Amino acid sequence: MKASGTVFKYGDNVDTDVIIPARYLNSSDPKELATHCMEDIDKEFVNQVKAGDLIVADKNFGCGSSREHAPIAIKAAGVSCVIAETFARIFYRNAINIGLPIIECPEAAKGIEAGDEVEVDFDSGIITNKTKGTTFQGQAFPEFMQKIIKAEGLINYINQK
Amino acid sequence: MGMTMTQKILAAAAGLPEVKAGQLIEAKLDLVLGNDITSPVAIHEMDKFTTDGIFHKDKIALVMDHFVPNKDIKSAQHCKCVREFACKHEISNFFDVGEMGIEHALLPEKGLTVAGDVIIGADSHTCTYGALGAFSTGVGSTDMAAGMATGKAWFKVPSAIKFNIIGKPSKWVSGKDVILHIIGMIGVDGALYKSMEFTGEGIKNLTMDDRFTIANMAIEAGGKNGIFPVDDLAKKYMDEHSSRTYKVYEADEDAEYDEEYTIDLSALKPTVAFPHLPENTRTVDQAGDVKIDQVVIGSCTNGRLDDLRIAAEVLKGKKVAKGIRCIVIPATQQIYLEAMEEGLLKIFIEAGAIVSTPTCGPCLGGYMGILAEGERCISTTNRNFVGRMGHVESEIYLASPAVAAASAITGRISQPEE
Repeated sequence: MKASGTVFKYGDNVDTDVIIPARYLNSSDPKELATHCMEDIDKEFVNQVKAGDLIVADKNFGCGSSREHAPIAIKAAGVSCVIAETFARIFYRNAINIGLPIIECPEAAKGIEAGDEVEVDFDSGIITNKTKGTTFQGQAFPEFMQKIIKAEGLINYINQK
Repeated sequence: MGMTMTQKILAAAAGLPEVKAGQLIEAKLDLVLGNDITSPVAIHEMDKFTTDGIFHKDKIALVMDHFVPNKDIKSAQHCKCVREFACKHEISNFFDVGEMGIEHALLPEKGLTVAGDVIIGADSHTCTYGALGAFSTGVGSTDMAAGMATGKAWFKVPSAIKFNIIGKPSKWVSGKDVILHIIGMIGVDGALYKSMEFTGEGIKNLTMDDRFTIANMAIEAGGKNGIFPVDDLAKKYMDEHSSRTYKVYEADEDAEYDEEYTIDLSALKPTVAFPHLPENTRTVDQAGDVKIDQVVIGSCTNGRLDDLRIAAEVLKGKKVAKGIRCIVIPATQQIYLEAMEEGLLKIFIEAGAIVSTPTCGPCLGGYMGILAEGERCISTTNRNFVGRMGHVESEIYLASPAVAAASAITGRISQPEE
């Protein structure tokens, strides 16, 4: 499985309040949440994002609230993968549980800029920056988490057990 | 090699003689929690299960606290969805308007969380119950759904940071100052994926409400959980509030910690976190001249009786400065009632503050105190992220109830002794 697209780049500590502000949490509809994704940090994101694009960020991406609406909004906006130096732990769980691919890779977080064309191979964990001609080795998931991802989420995984 | 307190609880819940940091385990759950924002998403996920039903009607708690009494039609639809689910599955711990309180103040008060428990909640501040010696951690709605259906959750066993608490705090220093100091020291990802284990002789000088505040904000340092040893004060609290039997776990003498810090309570000063991260801390005496527009005293972090008593002590016989909006939110109906009987509400109203029904409301920018462009609020809540309480150009300063109340009187960030 591969992801390929243009990168939206952000810094440290992107919190779930800027990913999807609480004023929109009276809805749980993924499509509606997606129309406000990243609104308080990047007003142009929803106008510019195309299906398959990637988010790349520095440390502690998704910190703060446990709202699953955050990875749901990112996924519904069409983002194919989030790469970060580190993820906040609840966001990390939530992304795996809903089937939003994420990869921790400090080198890629440093070596990728906004607008770069990037490809990710989920099986090998290899991240290719096609714009700059560089590659990075992302951290592979433990086998247990790979099973959840292959099942496309926790509920399907439990159903299959 | 020995285990930390958290590791011992997780090993027991996983049915294993021992666990190690990094190990993936499946643990039995004593309680699964959700609120009016996260539960509807979980209930929708429940539909995808091939099996029907829930694991235990007494081990699920659904608390309508974020946007209730409902702030708009969509919020009302969410609460209706949860109400119908609770009714269908005969969930005994469903708390709606009239019985509800802010979840993390309510559940210990109702005796639903005790030492030795393993608790997940679809709310990041679920880590609060560590104050009672439970392992409790925030998760998302899908984990909540899986927990409700199976009574189990998967965890990566965390390593830990040890905070050795010594000394006795001075009059105006409380749990909020302790945890803001720690977050300022280690940063908002300083405890990422880890347990924050508090220990030491100074803990006896922290009230239960101080400990709830400290454990509550472990997530603001990125922590998986925060946990306190179970001393006589914690046992007394559980005996008074719960009929459940609790189990006391202690860290092994030779438990390994990634880092160890000593926190001398006697050296701490009232502390405030500047925008837009909880780690941007300064002592109040270094805050400079910061004028404010609004004060919020409440939330799962600081809406308990001790917090209201401290705020009332500062506000008694004084007036909220002209032009300042001071909003006091008791965290539960019981706290509201006790504050009324003690005369605290009268002090607040006579000072020119308003007193609200329990709600998370303004803390997450829901309602009941949204900020306009350029406005500043000093708040006893837990997050000061961009746009958290309203407009993206507004600012939140996090502080204790004493500092918030003092600031309400002067109209700028102030020391309680002022």
